[in-house]
Amino acid sequence: MSSVRSEPPEPGPLAPDDVDDRDDGPRVALKILVAGGFGVGKTTLVGAVSEIRPLQTEEALTNVGAAVDDLEGVAAKRTTTVAMDFGRITLRDGVAIYLFGTPGQERFWFMWNELSRGALGAVVLADTRRLPASFAAIDYFEQRGTPFVVAVNCFEHADRYEAAEIRGALDIGPHVPVLMCDARRAGSAKQVLVVLVEHALRLAAARSVPSPPPRPATAPAFTQDG
Amino acid sequence: MDPSVPGAPRGPGGERWLDEAAGPVVRPYAVTRGRTRPRGEPLDIVAILVATGRPAPEPGRLTREQRRLLALCRRPHAVADIASELRLPLGVIRVLAGDLIDSGLVGIQRWSTPSVQPHNDPNLLRRVLDELRAL
Ligand SMILES: Nc1nc2c(ncn2[C@@H]2O[C@H](COP(=O)(O)OP(=O)(O)OP(=O)(O)O)[C@@H](O)[C@H]2O)c(=O)[nH]1
Ligand SMILES: [Mg+2]
Repeated sequence: MSSVRSEPPEPGPLAPDDVDDRDDGPRVALKILVAGGFGVGKTTLVGAVSEIRPLQTEEALTNVGAAVDDLEGVAAKRTTTVAMDFGRITLRDGVAIYLFGTPGQERFWFMWNELSRGALGAVVLADTRRLPASFAAIDYFEQRGTPFVVAVNCFEHADRYEAAEIRGALDIGPHVPVLMCDARRAGSAKQVLVVLVEHALRLAAARSVPSPPPRPATAPAFTQDG
Repeated sequence: MDPSVPGAPRGPGGERWLDEAAGPVVRPYAVTRGRTRPRGEPLDIVAILVATGRPAPEPGRLTREQRRLLALCRRPHAVADIASELRLPLGVIRVLAGDLIDSGLVGIQRWSTPSVQPHNDPNLLRRVLDELRAL
């Protein structure tokens, strides 16, 4: 692991109760997206594996199919808030995994472009009763080259299938992991993330095989600017 | 709110709602003094911000939200953490943080080897994997 050049900021004139001192804060942040159709268990999965926290983003009204495009001449500033699933898993040495889930309806997918930039990978949740609801997410991550796994959320009344059958039905390549999960169970949800990180690691290692970049042991992996 | 706008259903408090999945129509940019776009490149949702410790030249010019943001950033915080803790939408945090970065009060912690980003650094991913398995 690379080292961090730490320059602790000097305390400024702030009220003590303004200061958040619960931990030292993250130094490396890794993004994982949780995608999939409407009601497939995204919020449940994020909540099972991390402490879910409120996070709002905003969508311009132009993204919304409502007739509200010319409000008082300030349309560009008119937004509506959208709640995202947001969870953090804090690992050692300042490494943190940030989980983001967007609402399942297609009109909220505008958030994915930003979320998937520099993402470790994505979990595409699927429900065997509605597999086509996952097609678009799979296409999206395939096209962007984002590492992803398909996690089949096993609802009680849904028929069980072998991973190979799911793979065939979803038309995904043999390299993409497919696994069954119960999004409500922490252990199962964690296993989904383990399989995703294994997959991302395989891809990253394959990419860096030809010429691993020389890394002087003493070089800082971070700089601070701004 | 302009009652003449067509196709705008009302919520219980008279506010305009688009539907249940989208929240009420808001004007979060009141907080940002009307600006919607931070200068420079957009801040990543997990960019890590840290206060530089430089004193604000004119502390009175900072908004209450900017002072709270600055206080949080005395320890490193990701943009998403800040939005969540301050209960403000991400876009608002981007604008507020953008100003603080421009004025040198907040810095972005950057990964200095652009050829290998954290998400495709095998060494980092190996460590993450070990720790996840051990959780
Ligand atoms: N039986 C069973 N129910 C589940 C499971 N996962 C989620 N649910 C339930 O399915 C419903 C939908 O789950 P959510 O986690 O809200 O789904 P979502 O993907 O976040 O839904 P949207 O955000 O609306 O797209 C909830 O009532 C959950 O309690 C599961 O593994 N088994
Ligand atoms: Mg949800």
